[in-house]
Amino acid sequence: MKGSTKARAEEVARASYGRLLAILASHDHDIAAAEDALAEAFAKALEHWPLRGIPNNPEGWLITAARRGRIDAARKHARTKPLEQHADYMARSDQHDEIPDERLSLMLVCAHPALSSAIHAPLMLQCVLGLSSERIALAFQTRPSTMAQRLVRAKSKIRDAGITFERPDRDALPDRISTVLEATYAAYSIDWMLFPDGRDLSREALFLADLVAHLSPETPEALGLSALISFLSARQDARLKDGMLVPLDEQNIGLWDHRMIDHANRILANASVARQLGRFQLEASIQAVHAARATTGTTDWEAVAQLYTGLNALFPTLGSRIGQAAAIAQARCAKDGLALLDQLPTRQVANFQPYWATRAQLLRDDAPQQAKPCYDKAIALCTEPPLRRWLEAQAATLKLH
Amino acid sequence: MRYTFLLYTDPADLAHMTPEDWVGEKEAYGTYIDALKDAGVFLDTDRLAAIHTATTLSERGGELRVQDGPFADTKETLGGFFVVDVPDLDTAMAWAQKCPAARRGKVEIRASAMV
Repeated sequence: MKGSTKARAEEVARASYGRLLAILASHDHDIAAAEDALAEAFAKALEHWPLRGIPNNPEGWLITAARRGRIDAARKHARTKPLEQHADYMARSDQHDEIPDERLSLMLVCAHPALSSAIHAPLMLQCVLGLSSERIALAFQTRPSTMAQRLVRAKSKIRDAGITFERPDRDALPDRISTVLEATYAAYSIDWMLFPDGRDLSREALFLADLVAHLSPETPEALGLSALISFLSARQDARLKDGMLVPLDEQNIGLWDHRMIDHANRILANASVARQLGRFQLEASIQAVHAARATTGTTDWEAVAQLYTGLNALFPTLGSRIGQAAAIAQARCAKDGLALLDQLPTRQVANFQPYWATRAQLLRDDAPQQAKPCYDKAIALCTEPPLRRWLEAQAATLKLH
Repeated sequence: MRYTFLLYTDPADLAHMTPEDWVGEKEAYGTYIDALKDAGVFLDTDRLAAIHTATTLSERGGELRVQDGPFADTKETLGGFFVVDVPDLDTAMAWAQKCPAARRGKVEIRASAMV
């Protein structure tokens, strides 16, 4: 086989997988059958294209091949689908020049509220990007057989319970898109520190976030999430040194991806035009302030603190309240930050690692004796090796005497 | 597509309902049934007698067994059902949300497996 043809076929596969699957699965909601047909079509392409050349419309060729495959399969199991319905797809498939992009519908199905939220991200990664269940299981720290089983179960529910590819109406769309965004963010934030070798899904999550922003530009939060993940991804190369975490304000800005930061700033500016504040826009704005250190040389902690105050007023989480305390400590003094930490409910923070790490940092200079047990607690609760090493180094350099 | 709503409630929650509460409950169901009929999606419904009146039988293994009571003891018990005909799960969920049982207990939505 010619290498270039194989490369081209793989390129089409990556760029088109979700697009083709969305079209193939939309009429009968049978994602598993569409996946099988698509896999066969790709196999046929690898067989035919090197001999006969790449067709002018590779995606159209693949759709037609996949639909023929499904008709052949249907003939074998004649009772599953009336044949005239299939003839209808063939007639349509021969005319198309451009494949419509139905990936947003596909993502809305994958993140449907009737499916467990834990399966939303794995389904999107598999259906939109064509990731294997082994690869997804690895990132989600699940056994491959368990992940495969969960994906199969979700797909059969989509098919049998009547979850449709119809776009939800205008009133329901924002809520439904928010489940897509939550799942995308979940895929991004699965403990990347556990996989410093790149086995996390941050690249895939960035692709999904950009895709939702592209397909639904009228949703400010979709743009907000795309900006947020872009800001975070832009710092990927700077966040570890010798296997140890480098705190954000100590990162070498020379290692940041400045083009991606510019891109993130542009998307965030577009999001703000609609004047509908949301969690992801606020979180992206916080990251924008941090990214501005690349041009101003300093971090405007007062701005970070104010944005956290806004975030906590609208969408409070334990993590964001701790972020606010840390920012206020930087902007004003450690005592003010500690006062905020003291307001958090004791039971909720007892086993929350960021709380103990932040508390230790804020006590570090003024009360090193009190900081020590906080570092110990944070280290005990920390499951991420790079952060653990950093916490250990911080604890080891406390001035206890 | 045909969907069945299985209505589950905890009998303990219903124990302290007053006669007035029951009148209100009956009215709520009447309004709900009217709404389903107006929309042309209503197929069937029933309210079931209390769980202690259940009889469970099985002929698995060739031997007839009759049990006095439900097949499984659960806190929440099946108290009634609705059968509706709607295009998809989203529509079914929207109707299930309006069912009075959703406020008192739980509504399980099951699509029909018959083509």
